[in-house]
Amino acid sequence: MRAIDLIAFNLKLIERQRLRSAMLLAAIAISVMAINLLTGIGEGGKQFVLAEFNLLGKNVLIMLPGKKETTGGIPPLTGEATRDLTLRDAEAIARLGNVSAVAPLIAGKMEISHGQLSREAFTMGSNRAFFDIRQLEVAQGKALPQLPFEQSQAVCVIGSKLRKELFGPKPALGQWLRAGDSRFRVIGILKDKGEGLGFDMNEAIIVPVANAQALFNQEGLFRVFIELRSLDGLQKSQQRIVALLKERHEGEEDVTIITQDSLLSAFENILNTLTLAVAGIAGISMLVAGILIMNVSLIAVSQRTREIGLLKALGCPARTVALIFLSEACIMALSGALIGIFISEALLYVARGLYPTIPFTTPLWAQLGSALIATVTALLFAAIPARKAANMAPVDALLDKKAGQA
Amino acid sequence: MIELQQLCRSFQVGDQCVHALDHLDLKIARGEYLSVMGPSGSGKSTLLNMLGLLDKPSAGEYWLNQTATSQLNEEALATLRRQYIGFVFQSYHLIPRLTARENIELPLILAGIAPKQRRPLVDKVITRLALTDRASHAPNQLSGGQRQRVAIGRAIVMKPELLLADEPTGNLDSVSGREVIELLEELNDEGITLLVVTHDQAIGDRARRELKMIDGRIASDSANQTISSIGS
Ligand SMILES: Nc1ncnc2c1ncn2[C@@H]1O[C@H](COP(=O)(O)OP(=O)(O)OP(=O)(O)O)[C@@H](O)[C@H]1O
Ligand SMILES: [Mg+2]
Repeated sequence: MRAIDLIAFNLKLIERQRLRSAMLLAAIAISVMAINLLTGIGEGGKQFVLAEFNLLGKNVLIMLPGKKETTGGIPPLTGEATRDLTLRDAEAIARLGNVSAVAPLIAGKMEISHGQLSREAFTMGSNRAFFDIRQLEVAQGKALPQLPFEQSQAVCVIGSKLRKELFGPKPALGQWLRAGDSRFRVIGILKDKGEGLGFDMNEAIIVPVANAQALFNQEGLFRVFIELRSLDGLQKSQQRIVALLKERHEGEEDVTIITQDSLLSAFENILNTLTLAVAGIAGISMLVAGILIMNVSLIAVSQRTREIGLLKALGCPARTVALIFLSEACIMALSGALIGIFISEALLYVARGLYPTIPFTTPLWAQLGSALIATVTALLFAAIPARKAANMAPVDALLDKKAGQA
Repeated sequence: MIELQQLCRSFQVGDQCVHALDHLDLKIARGEYLSVMGPSGSGKSTLLNMLGLLDKPSAGEYWLNQTATSQLNEEALATLRRQYIGFVFQSYHLIPRLTARENIELPLILAGIAPKQRRPLVDKVITRLALTDRASHAPNQLSGGQRQRVAIGRAIVMKPELLLADEPTGNLDSVSGREVIELLEELNDEGITLLVVTHDQAIGDRARRELKMIDGRIASDSANQTISSIGS
């Protein structure tokens, strides 16, 4: 029997038994969809995290105030410390051998206004190095000037969205903004870049760190980004920085240093758990689909006994009879998988619309893998009915008393 | 073409052994037209299934075109069926979801013949059976006679040497029954070996050679009678 004829033969059968086919398709589609959807979400999260921290580069350390107690968990991104991280701490780190740049960061929400227009914006105090470390590019004007950490200057760089909201079509460069009690001259507009580390840089305003300290009336730094000259001394440099701060903080080790690796491995743990959940759900739903396929196929075999007898009378070998049943299962599995992938893609499309910053996409391997699993499951579970059909004696099948006359 | 030697087929029913075919000897030459008659349960259908290689003998041997078939495996039997044998059943055995044309085409499809080569073969059979305007109908849209014609079309599309019909008119009224028989006889005239199992004496009498079965044996064979009457 030719492949095309086999498919055509099966399609007629599938079309004839719409309800049964729809049920099977749904079972397979749901399980495939579950796999694809969960992988898509997991992968989206992973890509999101990866993108975040790839931005930093491997040679950048993030220092947070506060000591994380447990190992393995996610570091306290919003750590609460007993002792502040100060600009003088940052300066001391900058003087260490392997450190090429240090960017202190103070951040908070602030009412920003220009003329009548005003809006709350994410306000960050940092320095020139911040632009390099975070790979922020300036579309117009320039970045913050090189200043000693403690020196303030009434200038700011703003995100493209904030610019649009405050200035509309009018030029923003050289204009003055009001933030709290202070005024800042706009010297640069950030290139449109999307979110970074959880805050949308397009809506942000960046001012010199000393100005931010005054604005927020706060000494303590939120974070310190430390760029190392080379990756070689990563461990040693990390230890030296911790030692330095311990010395500066009266012998208390009250900072946490995050590297890209440590963060990624923490997320890796979460993702592995998610993967396990995916595998579990996939396994269960596939099992359900498989058992359904087997039952339906067994029913089909007994319903089609006379047809099987006829096929045999017409000289159809047992092999071909088995093939007819297996290929039917195969067609169902593949169509079900396609439907499942399609639905999952549609849902992920919606998800991307709702959360534009997280790249929810199912990787190709998951799509192919889920289709493969569905097919293999279908074939495995259809094997028993197919063999039953193939092994029927032609006379007995033809004379099957149970079935009605054709 | 066909030779049965001491062929037996017995069924175990409970603790009783039913001899549906009891040491049967039979020779059939190419192009013959036989009818098989006899009371219900005499083994007619069993004989026909045996000749059609749908069933295996319990003992004895069946030679089809000089091939001993009792030791052949299922696969080889399927090939022989495909090449040499066509079946016509009392209950038609058409596949309901396929059209008349597709039912006729089925053996060609199963044999793996390319669509291009299939079309002229099917067309010829459809024209031959005057089913042209019914070709795209489903079996349940056809009359009994038409269904049996489709079944005959399916039986002959592979150009078998042997056509086996088990009560082909059993479900038909006398008019369409006669049409079907005449069609089968035409095919026989064209050279096909025809064996018809029937309960209808009038139909049985039409055959050139009549077998009468009782209790799994051939009680009378018009061919032998002729021979014996000549001899006596
Ligand atoms: N699968 C089977 N299992 C048990 N006994 C069977 C089976 N098939 C046939 N028989 C028995 O074998 C004998 C011959 O049956 P067969 O069907 O050949 O009769 P028949 O001559 O075709 O009868 P009818 O005219 O009613 O069709 C009967 O006694 C029947 O009960
Ligand atoms: Mg019978």
